[in-house]
Amino acid sequence: MQFLWAFIIGGLICVIGQIMMDVIKLTPAHTMSTLVVAGAIADGFGLYEPLVKFAGAGASVPITSFGNSLVHGALTELERDGWIGVVTGIFEVTSAGISSAIIFSFLAALLVRPKG
Amino acid sequence: MSGSNNQKPKSDISTMSSAEYQAIAKKHEPPRAVFKNCIRAFLVGGLICLIGQCIQRFFMTVFDMSTKEASNPTVAVLIIISVILTSFGVYDKIAQWAGAGSAVPVTGFANSMCSAALEHRAEGLVLGVGASMFKLAGSVIVFGTVAAFIIGIIYAVLGIGGR
Repeated sequence: MQFLWAFIIGGLICVIGQIMMDVIKLTPAHTMSTLVVAGAIADGFGLYEPLVKFAGAGASVPITSFGNSLVHGALTELERDGWIGVVTGIFEVTSAGISSAIIFSFLAALLVRPKG
Repeated sequence: MSGSNNQKPKSDISTMSSAEYQAIAKKHEPPRAVFKNCIRAFLVGGLICLIGQCIQRFFMTVFDMSTKEASNPTVAVLIIISVILTSFGVYDKIAQWAGAGSAVPVTGFANSMCSAALEHRAEGLVLGVGASMFKLAGSVIVFGTVAAFIIGIIYAVLGIGGR
């Protein structure tokens, strides 16, 4: 059942992005930034975690979950270490995504002959 | 072409002000197929999330991970797939069809970094690949980080513990 919800929720988040690009006529960069901030705010109100529980990858794969993870790391370390945790914790959860994107993009640039 | 100019015989490109040009250009711009684009975004975006769900389930059953533990390797695998597809030029073809459907998932984030890295490879590893990789993805990280910081400060000031 979660597979169906992953498809539907993930698809709907992408439709929101498409509407922002087509109807409000934002550039892709503005759209992505807005979605990340929206995900961060949603987690600030404690709304994103229930969505992840419900839709699984449908909520954790779109870029909104990036904002969610940033806030999540900050809040977790805030509780554990106090004030400084806000700064030290931000990239705690997202490290996997950012690091692997950097590493594999770099390797691809080394290996692949640029076209054109 | 000439038929559309019948109404205004004097509207020569060289004498046209830029406001007039904008007005005419806007009139002839094809309307964006919003509904069709949304359907495509829904299908492709949903499909990518479905693939993510399958990978996550794979890690949960084979390596006996919890949902939380499985989400990191899931994202990493999706990013590897996206980087490989970008390297072969396949992801950009998908993106042309799918619009936001392939841009909003984390694979789109990886695609923007990888394509920037490939595009600027010719300028060298440091000045090209290193400096340009975050050209598109940078704004996402900057605004996400600033937003997370502000929310963290609000929580700290209000004295609400984290989760």
